[in-house]
Amino acid sequence: MAELVDLATGIRRLVRDGDTVALEGFTHLIPVAAGHEIIRQGRRDLTLARMTPDIVYDQMIGAGCARKLVFAWGGNPGVGSLHRLRDAVERSWPGPLELEEHSHAGMANRYAAGASGLPFGVLRGYTGTDLPKHTAGIKPISCPFTGEVLTAVPALNPDVTVIHAQRADRQGNVQLWGITGVQKEAVLAARKSLVTVEEIVDTLDEKPGAVVLPRWVVTAVAHVPGGARPSYAQGYYDRDNASYRAWDAISRDRNAFNDWLKTIG
Amino acid sequence: MTFTAEEMMTITAARALVGRCSCFVGIGLPSTAANLARRLHNPDLVLIYESGAIGAKPTRLPLSIGDGELATTADAVVSVPEIFNYWLQPGRIDIGFLSAAQVDRFGNLNTTVIGGSYQTPTTRLPGAGGAPEIAASCREVILVIRQSKRAFVETLDFVTSVGYGEGKGDRQRKGLRGNGPVMLITDLGVLEPDPDTCELTLTRLHPGVDQNTVERATGWPLKTAETLATTPEPTDEELAVLRELMKA
Repeated sequence: MAELVDLATGIRRLVRDGDTVALEGFTHLIPVAAGHEIIRQGRRDLTLARMTPDIVYDQMIGAGCARKLVFAWGGNPGVGSLHRLRDAVERSWPGPLELEEHSHAGMANRYAAGASGLPFGVLRGYTGTDLPKHTAGIKPISCPFTGEVLTAVPALNPDVTVIHAQRADRQGNVQLWGITGVQKEAVLAARKSLVTVEEIVDTLDEKPGAVVLPRWVVTAVAHVPGGARPSYAQGYYDRDNASYRAWDAISRDRNAFNDWLKTIG
Repeated sequence: MTFTAEEMMTITAARALVGRCSCFVGIGLPSTAANLARRLHNPDLVLIYESGAIGAKPTRLPLSIGDGELATTADAVVSVPEIFNYWLQPGRIDIGFLSAAQVDRFGNLNTTVIGGSYQTPTTRLPGAGGAPEIAASCREVILVIRQSKRAFVETLDFVTSVGYGEGKGDRQRKGLRGNGPVMLITDLGVLEPDPDTCELTLTRLHPGVDQNTVERATGWPLKTAETLATTPEPTDEELAVLRELMKA
């Protein structure tokens, strides 16, 4: 059953050095505050998984939390590059970063396989691209019924998945709506999960199209209002586009980045 | 009205969506063009974003593929596994709109690395995102890329997404179900696949651009169609709507 914790306790209990950790949220509901807490607690050697590493992974990579990145698209949407990610890949700063690179469709199917308790997912994908030459987990597989050659990708089962949601009730049932990305699959695929929420309420009233994660599939819930900023939480606050644009200059320069690191404590 | 090469490119891309039903939209130029098309030429165009927004009708240009505006104006919002597995993969979507850092003569795309090796590239690009499967599974693909020798290369540093592979028939051999890139729109003109070879061939020049300029901005010996058309200039309405869109 989900336990209500404060953020620092949640990260301390759930995230260990060397873990495979997924912070998911497709533009919307990105668990940024949780990422900053991982930086503050000085976690090291993490394998960070995420379909779309954005500025929170740029920050975690620059802070030296990551040994490896499992991803499909690493950029600052509508702005440009993630310069801490690039500095790590191109110049091994602050340390080398191993990459395990997929497409969105591949990552989505990896989480879905993980959530389904299957060893792999299958899709029509990657055909003719150079990705299978560099990523070990992309293999051809023949359909046992038609013989058609498809692509298999291994299940992704993080040690911990961290997501941000709009609400939870006092029992730890979680509710999120709007663009919900791959969060349900990422939580169900994980051994442990932490959900930060905007609000803790007595009762979750119905929301059209909402995803509900029952308390018995969530390990811990932390009340972190604003925990997705500068991304957004539909119904609570908008995306802070200016902050994404401003990140570009900070991210480009190691000194500016180190100064920024001090601001999160 | 006077116009820039960039505006001509975006307007040409928007015009290419006349008569289309649905469009899988990437962020940046493709999103601008698709939103312009919905305002000008094709109000019923269904915009599909990989964040799961189907039938989004944004009132202003989104900065990312997952802006709240897309979800609140959409006909339906589905999960990311669903958008790729149920909607893109079976070939339900008419047009995929893609851009890239590098393109070759067969419309293959690189958005992964430039220079050096894969492990230690000179420039690390964002990566594949949705592109490989959009390029594979949409019925047709429209490419929008600014034309230069750096971008239009003889050999890609990395194949992220497949156009016509090694040439005519290669998509079928590889089992790719969509028809591949039907048009490459640049800031100088339009390239279309040669019916016999699938090599991208210059078929149209934008107003005021000469053939030499296009050849000099291409990293392979560019073939030209026998009759070279000229893109009609942007109308005042097209320019006004585009500028209004960019301002917001």
